[in-house]
This record gives sequence, structure tokens and C-alpha cells, in this order.
Amino acid sequence: MSFTANTPEQQKAMLKDCGVSGIEELFKDIPKEVAPKSFALPRAHAEMEIQQLFDDIAAKNYTHLTKFLGGGYYDHFIPAAVNDLAGRSEFYTAYTPYQPELSQGTLQAIYEYQTQICRLTDMEVSNASVYDGGTALYEACQMALKQTKRSKIVLDSGVNPVYRNMLHSYTTNLSIDFATTEVTHGQSSREKLFSELDDSTAAVILQNPNFFGSIDDHSDIVEHCHEKGILVIQSVYPVAMSLLKTPGEMGVDIATGEGQSLGIPLSFGGPYLGFIATRKKLTRKLPGRIVGRTTDPAGKETFALTLQAREQHIKRQKATSNICTNQALCALRAHIYLSLLGKEGFKEIANLCHSKAQYTKQRLQQIPGVEVKESSPTFNEFTLELPTNAEDIVGKLVERGIAPGLPLGQFYKGMENFLLVAVTEKRTKYEMGMFAEILEDTICQ
Amino acid sequence: MIPKDRKYTQAHEWVKEQDGELIVGITEHAQEELGDITFIEMPEVDEKYEQGADCAEIESVKAASEIYMPITGVISAINEELEDEPEKVNNSPFEQGWIIKIKDYDQSQLNELLDAEGYSKFLEDSQ
Repeated sequence: MSFTANTPEQQKAMLKDCGVSGIEELFKDIPKEVAPKSFALPRAHAEMEIQQLFDDIAAKNYTHLTKFLGGGYYDHFIPAAVNDLAGRSEFYTAYTPYQPELSQGTLQAIYEYQTQICRLTDMEVSNASVYDGGTALYEACQMALKQTKRSKIVLDSGVNPVYRNMLHSYTTNLSIDFATTEVTHGQSSREKLFSELDDSTAAVILQNPNFFGSIDDHSDIVEHCHEKGILVIQSVYPVAMSLLKTPGEMGVDIATGEGQSLGIPLSFGGPYLGFIATRKKLTRKLPGRIVGRTTDPAGKETFALTLQAREQHIKRQKATSNICTNQALCALRAHIYLSLLGKEGFKEIANLCHSKAQYTKQRLQQIPGVEVKESSPTFNEFTLELPTNAEDIVGKLVERGIAPGLPLGQFYKGMENFLLVAVTEKRTKYEMGMFAEILEDTICQ
Repeated sequence: MIPKDRKYTQAHEWVKEQDGELIVGITEHAQEELGDITFIEMPEVDEKYEQGADCAEIESVKAASEIYMPITGVISAINEELEDEPEKVNNSPFEQGWIIKIKDYDQSQLNELLDAEGYSKFLEDSQ
């Protein structure tokens, strides 16, 4: 008998058992708008034909563009050693082996990753990572809700709208009260933020630099919130951490972020890397895996998963998170990337990003009709106001080989002419100049 | 050894009346079943709980399990020493390893709990 036998006779017999006349009737419960238009599949293709078909589809992607695109995900250089080491067969597996008896290498790498995240954010405890920056933010909310036994989360409008979308879809069916402050593209409005705080507020979520690129020192917000027993969650851009005041220095309770910039290629939304780090007092609320260092019976240094009573395989229905794995391969890439650069190299990257962004900003603001929305210092990303619709401009520049940034109209009403521009260490002076010239040319047309 | 100066629940908690309060802990049998205890999540003092409600949670190296309120009442104290030394519950479950104290409790419910002999028999029967 063939392993995947499904002959017309067998189909007929199965349909008869189900009491339906045919495939169409079997699937009649599927709403028309989502149902396949036809169940008649195309003929079987040869492997060579299939390969050609998908090559042709993939070739439609604009992968050759000079990228000034950001919004949480950035075009950073990845040293070849990252691919090489992370691709070794000892590490390269879809399933993360956590057994200490046979996975000391994996566990040590995770432990060192956690250490790096703590040093990057100046926090005390990090977990082994979660899926992405948005997931990390959602998990941080759950920690705060559980810790404070309160029900409201106040979101600053400078938090990445992609993350905010994720938060809302994660929490649609939970009784969490979300309040978002009115949009300002500069630093967080203290007045607007504080007016949302009340006795039921568990946490405030901030982002630094915020979605519009503004750098801020949130220390005063932290102080104000702590007086009211409110926790502060801050989402950060890891590359900026070597230059900016860190979440730890600001007194933040939970730091999260997207780790894609740490050696992980841009790939249409993932797989990416969420990091989450906190204070010792919140350790038991931290979700997911945590690797600890200990000694084995022979007295040798060894690594093992720790504090597992937090997790759902032990805590069952009372667990506060259903995360029971980590983004091991991406965390490994981040670990290798950070190790290769070292403290100084990492700082150099950040300095390059900042100075190149400053140069680009200067070039762009000389273009008649283009205004840099500058109300505070920026790191490697800034907001431009264009004389016409930003999405139209993007379309025209893409045709000329440049991805000029993220049009903000898709996220914010009234910002249809706004463009978010990001510059990384990869951009050359020539590319930045070309961008300015082509943008000017396009606007003047 | 099961002390005779207190009452017991079928959830392996002991309850001892002292100076108008109830002291609550877990039994020798319970600590043995749990293994090395690493953390206890305590309730808030002055919080009221109904009999049978989850009021605290014990984490050990191999399990997380609830402590059920043995009797309706108000939490009057928690054993703060367990924060740094949760192993006291393993080493001295009936004395230093007490977990919470309860005030304003329902006396009639106390009488319904098992005595040492009853708990001992319950343990034998459930094995």
C-alpha cells in the first residue's frame, strides 16, 4: 500500500462515510472569501521547473536597494564569522537541546548571551531570549501586571507601532486596560503621560530612542512612577546602548528590545530576537528559559537551566507565560556578534551610525521643502517632513535603487508626508550623497 | 513524627492555635514530597481568604504547589525569614519553617480539621 494513498476510490469511500456528495460540500463551512477558488490543483511539476518558478518569484524582491530603512529593524553589517560559527553543526539545530548532560556548549553560549544583555542594558537578570522585540514587550507587561496585581498599562506614543499592534493582538481577549498617550514626534510628553497614571496602573511602557528617533532620559519618569508603585518598562535599540544612558542607569524595572541588529539578517519579519532583562526582585516573574552557572559534583564549573518553577511545565495553569523555549540560534548569533566586536568595536559601530546619520540629516535638510523634525537629539534615525506624500516619494526612489525610509502615514493619521530615515555604518558617503540628490531631483520634478 | 498539639488538613498543612492566632505550615510528609524548597510566594498581610483558597505558593526544585487556606480568615503575618532561608521548611517544617499566621478566623472550621491521629491514618490510607 502506498504511504500516501488517496485514490479516487478511497476519496469516494471517505466522502460517503462523511455523508457528503463531494469535496465542495465537505468544505462548505469555510466562508467563501477565504475558501480556495478551485480544488483542481495544477499538474505535478519537475523539480527543475519548481526551482525555476521560485527563483523567478524571489527575483521580484528588491534586495539590491541602498537601504535607509529602519523602524526597529536595521541594515547592519554582519561579520562572516557570525554565519560560520553559528552554522556549525554542533549549534545548527531547529530544536534547542537544554539537557546539561550533553549540551554544555549550548548552555554556556546562552549564559554568556544573558551576561552580555545584562551588561548592555545595565540590568541584573536576563532570560535566554524570546521571539522578538514585540513579544519581549508583551511578556514585560505580563510581568508588571502580575507583580503589581494591577490592570492598566500606559503606552507612550513613541513606542514602535508594530510592537503596539502586537501588544493589542496578544491581549485582545485579556482584561487589560491600555491607554496610549497622544502622539508627539519628539520626546515623551511628561504631562500627557502622567495624566494617564492612576491607582490601577501597573506599568508605563517607553522606548529609547523612540520610534521617531528621539533620544530621551526617562529618569524623571521612572522616579515619578516609582513613587506611585508603577513599574517602568523600556524598549531599547541595543546598538545605541554603548552611547546612551542605559535602562539600568535610568532605574527602569524591565528592559526589552529587538536584537535583530546584533548579527541577524533582515528577513521579512523574522526569525529575530527578543531580549528581556530585569531587576533581581522581579526574577521569578521573568518568562522563559534562564541558564545559570553552578558546579557539578566534581566541583567543575557547569551550566544548567535554573529557576524552572516559574515555567508552565512545573507551574501549570498558574504560570504567567507560555514561553518554554528561546530563540537559541539567533541569541547565539548576537552573542558571537558582540564577542567579535568587543566593547570598543561595538561603541565604534554606534559612533559611526550616529555620525553618518548626522551627515545624512545635514544633506537632506538642505533640500528645499524638506524639513527635519528635530525637537531633541537623535541617534541613527530621524523624521523628515516632505512637501508631498511620503509613500509616493518612496515608490519613486525605490525605482531608482534607494529605499529612503519608512513612510509614517501607515501608522499615524496626519503624518502622510512624514518619512522615518535610518542610517547605519554600512552607508557610504557616496550613497548618502546619492540619496540626497535623488530625493531633491524627485521632489523638484 | 506528627505533633499532637495541632490540627491537620488533607492538603498536608498543619494549623496550630497560639495567642489568638493560627500558625500554618506544611507537614514533614509534604516537605519530603516537594524536595528542596527554593522559594515561597507569600500573600499580603491583612488580606482575607476563604477556606480552600490559594494563599501562597511553594516552589521546589521539582514542583510548584499551592498552599490552601486551611480556614477562612485574615493573614496576620508571614514568615519573612523564609525569603532568605526557604530551606527552613525542609529542615524544620513544624517549627521554624512555619509559613503564615491567620487572625479573625472561623473557630468552627478549626474543629472540623483532622487531629494528629486522624492525619496519621489519612497518610497511611493514601499510601
